[in-house]
Amino acid sequence: MPNFVMSYLGSTVTPGQAGNQFWALMYVLIIFAGVSVAVMAMNWLERKALAHFQIRLGPMRVGPHGLLQPFADALKLMLKEDIIPTEADQFVFWVAPLIGLLASFTVYTVIPFGPSQAVSDMNIGILFMLGVSSLAVLGIVVAGWASNSHYPLIGALRSSAQMVSYEVAMGLAVVSAVLMTSMNASGTGTLSMIGIVQAQQQQGIWFIFKFFPLGFIAFAIFAIAMVAETNRAPFDMAEAESELTAGYHTEYSGLRWSLFMLAEYAAMIAVSSIAVTLWLGGWMRPFPNLLQAPAWEFIFSLFPGLTFAGLAAIAFIGTARMPAQSFFRVQRIGLAVFAALLGFIALLLLVIAVAGRTADTSVAARFREGIDYVYWFVLKVAVFMYLFIWYRATWPRYRFDQLMRIGWKVMLPIALGVLMLTAIVGVIVS
Amino acid sequence: MAEEVKTPAPPPPPQPQPAKTGPSGGSEGEKKPTAEKPAAAESAAPAKPAAPAGKSDVPAKAAAPAKPAVPTPVPWTSPLVEKYRNQYGSGLEALTYLGQNYLSVDRSLIPDILRRLREDEQFDYCVDVTAAHYPKREKQFDVIWILYSFARNERMRVKTQIADGASIASAVSIWPTANWLEREVYDMFGIRFDGHPDLKRILLPDGWKGYPLRKDYGILQQDTEWVQINLGIESGQ
Amino acid sequence: MSISEKGNPNALANAVSNLDLDTPEKPYLDSNELIINMGPQHPATHGVLRVILKLDGEKVLGTECVIGYLHRGVEKIAENRTYTMFNPYVDRMDYCAAVSNGLGYCEAVEKLMNVEAPARAQYIRVILTELNRIASHQLWLGTHALDIGAMTPLFYTFRDREEILKIFERYCGARLTTHAFRIGGCQYETYAGFEKDVTNFLSFFAPKIDEYEALLTTNRIWLERTKNVGVISAADAIALGVTGPVLRASGVKWDLRKAQPYANYSKFDFEIPIGENGDTYDRYLVRMEEMRQSMRIIEQAVGGIPEGPIMGKVPKVIKPPVGEIYHSIEAPKGELGYFIVSDGSTQPYRLRVRPPSFVNLQALDIMVRGLLIADVVAVIGTIDIVLGEVDR
Repeated sequence: MPNFVMSYLGSTVTPGQAGNQFWALMYVLIIFAGVSVAVMAMNWLERKALAHFQIRLGPMRVGPHGLLQPFADALKLMLKEDIIPTEADQFVFWVAPLIGLLASFTVYTVIPFGPSQAVSDMNIGILFMLGVSSLAVLGIVVAGWASNSHYPLIGALRSSAQMVSYEVAMGLAVVSAVLMTSMNASGTGTLSMIGIVQAQQQQGIWFIFKFFPLGFIAFAIFAIAMVAETNRAPFDMAEAESELTAGYHTEYSGLRWSLFMLAEYAAMIAVSSIAVTLWLGGWMRPFPNLLQAPAWEFIFSLFPGLTFAGLAAIAFIGTARMPAQSFFRVQRIGLAVFAALLGFIALLLLVIAVAGRTADTSVAARFREGIDYVYWFVLKVAVFMYLFIWYRATWPRYRFDQLMRIGWKVMLPIALGVLMLTAIVGVIVS
Repeated sequence: MAEEVKTPAPPPPPQPQPAKTGPSGGSEGEKKPTAEKPAAAESAAPAKPAAPAGKSDVPAKAAAPAKPAVPTPVPWTSPLVEKYRNQYGSGLEALTYLGQNYLSVDRSLIPDILRRLREDEQFDYCVDVTAAHYPKREKQFDVIWILYSFARNERMRVKTQIADGASIASAVSIWPTANWLEREVYDMFGIRFDGHPDLKRILLPDGWKGYPLRKDYGILQQDTEWVQINLGIESGQ
Repeated sequence: MSISEKGNPNALANAVSNLDLDTPEKPYLDSNELIINMGPQHPATHGVLRVILKLDGEKVLGTECVIGYLHRGVEKIAENRTYTMFNPYVDRMDYCAAVSNGLGYCEAVEKLMNVEAPARAQYIRVILTELNRIASHQLWLGTHALDIGAMTPLFYTFRDREEILKIFERYCGARLTTHAFRIGGCQYETYAGFEKDVTNFLSFFAPKIDEYEALLTTNRIWLERTKNVGVISAADAIALGVTGPVLRASGVKWDLRKAQPYANYSKFDFEIPIGENGDTYDRYLVRMEEMRQSMRIIEQAVGGIPEGPIMGKVPKVIKPPVGEIYHSIEAPKGELGYFIVSDGSTQPYRLRVRPPSFVNLQALDIMVRGLLIADVVAVIGTIDIVLGEVDR
């Protein structure tokens, strides 16, 4: 049994390729749990960050600095009465959130957190991801239709038109990134997500900087389209609360509504992961080719531990700064425990970094590498998550026709132009 | 109508009740209102038939006005008035009270005069259309148009009296803004406006019975039937 | 239907006439119009306004406003209260600009009684009213931006509005429905440090307006959402009786503080900002500039408060002579008028409030025809209605 459990750790390919179904299942579970936790963290972070943008404090009551707020929310939503309107199409109403949830979570099967840290390395990975993430719109449309109400219907229509439109520009931007993978000696490109990151490693440049500014423009188009794709501000037409009350999920409540939210945030993380994979070097640490020496490798491997140490320090400072009143005792203890937890994780990570500093095939080294990959990947994704919050705090909402105009008349021509220029430049260069 | 408006006495209230001028005129200047006792007020109340039905529960005091010199409406003379007086003759009375000009006009002249004020005299902004109810009077309602001219920077009011149940020409085709204002007058007083594109209640629910700003509509009164049917409660109070 | 047949009242009269909800206007490919009900419970209708929208897809074919959900019968109440007792009620109409309401009412009654508030009271009144104008515009800006999707300005404006409310609270104990003025003057003398508070606020607030503008004025999305949205020409605006910033944004330089000065506005030096296009963006700019002009007025007024009594020679029992009066002021939302008929008793015989929001709201229909749902929300916000005043 231990052998079976360890069987995969020495492998350099994904469990899907290795045919190791146990590990594939483990990965699926880990990713599911990880994404759910990330959504909760994102929920807390969004509320806090948005609050601080808006000169307020955000959640402060449930746990120290509202740290337990997502749990309280989740509990509340689970316990809430589940209302299905009488006039709604019961079955479709029931199934709609699941469609969205399935679609946004299925995308994660091809997202590589490291060269072997993915459920599977499909050779059509990017196509699969585009196809599956498009399915999410089905959930929204179906939800709007099944609610049998005007506001959800309009929200669903807006959403479907918007997602379909932006998918085109998004697809073209993706194609230009894929095109860049073929700029190598053999001249063959790849659609595999892992292959795309490896191509960036081989070529020694993140695709965002390749053929500057072409790569950057393609990335920018993707970055805009992905906001529209996930129905986030300033493109949150489908759920524009000041126009359509809550858009397609107006009639949903309780657990079903929370499934929509889960799907939305999962989709945000998914598209950010794709942007990171395609343009920002995926799991690669900064300058993997330039700073190749083992010493550099070691220094960079300290980053995860140091990050957690920094978070722990912030939490400790927060504990120290809490007003010295008995009223805050529980919160103070809670925050201290949280800080200690973070500190413990930091210590663990540092120990692993030190133990696995040699590049061999020992378990510690494998662990160290895996942690590094996941760390850099998550860090890059986190930047996008922060951007999502930032957009929401800063910008007004586009109007529907303006959104479509930008999608079709601005983004699409630019994406096409960038694609053609990339091809031409690629031919000239190679 | 005509003789009523012609009396240069203060505006609407006095006319229907002749006794009104008695107390107010007689007590004028001879005692200070501050010295008045509630008892005196109550005793004065029956003597004053002016108290309208809607507010009979409140003591109507026969006190003197605070100011020694009570402003009274004086005739308003201006080229505009002259022009209209020559044309319409006795159907029209122009007065100024506290520097504010108004025309009291016979009901039949209303559409004509309003249109001419808008088109010839540049009273292009209809500030308000409203009404007041005088139940003791034969023609129970005053309808008042408050007009303003941007070009002249001048305000004026046009007033007319109509009887309960009578209707009056709508000004919507002259000033579109009169649309909702007339609807509100209809809603509150039950005065119908001929030629209004969509005369229905505006603030009260469509099925409501009664016109709340009439004096015979008590302040606690409600359309109990409507409340019971639509709100499912016994009473709104 | 062409919206703007300039100044032709007949065309407008039809435009404002209500929806025929039964017959579709132009069936296209067997489609029919969607009738949706915006409000009375809707996040963006600023209270309990209900707008019935007739839509072709997202395009608005027509609207009908259903109002009255907040009708409290203020005018009826007035007939059953004494002049003094009714004074606090006016605060409840436009509760965002309660001080302006009070000023209009007190001045109307004073005019009816032919008395005048003493100079010191006039200055205090002007300062508080202009502070309230700023507060009202701040509230408008926050909610209007929120309607258009910008969440953050709301909190910024509320943060700064708080400072004004603090001054109100220190002055008269109330923050929202202040009941700051009395017939004949002011009830309260200014508290110690009033001038300092007001001056501090001015220096605090000047950079804040720039902050709001930095967030919105040149923001691309804001421009796209507001430019050429909800256009109303000057002729249409006048024909529809629209007043206040909405009228000024259409290019009519008309402000009652200048046109027919009341209180002691004639003593102060300020500009009337006007717009050119009469669109939502111009209305936004006009209101932003109005806040600056209000600050100018306050600055002049606070430096020149004269000594003296704050209450004029009015009897304890307010009993105006028989007569009627119409008096109007420039409230933050437009011309706020009081038409009072006195029968010589202690109670108004008839008190009519000419509410700016009510009249301005009437222009919603021609402003939004042919636009999209999102614009309806933007236009409702830009008219700046307060349902307490619309329904009274």
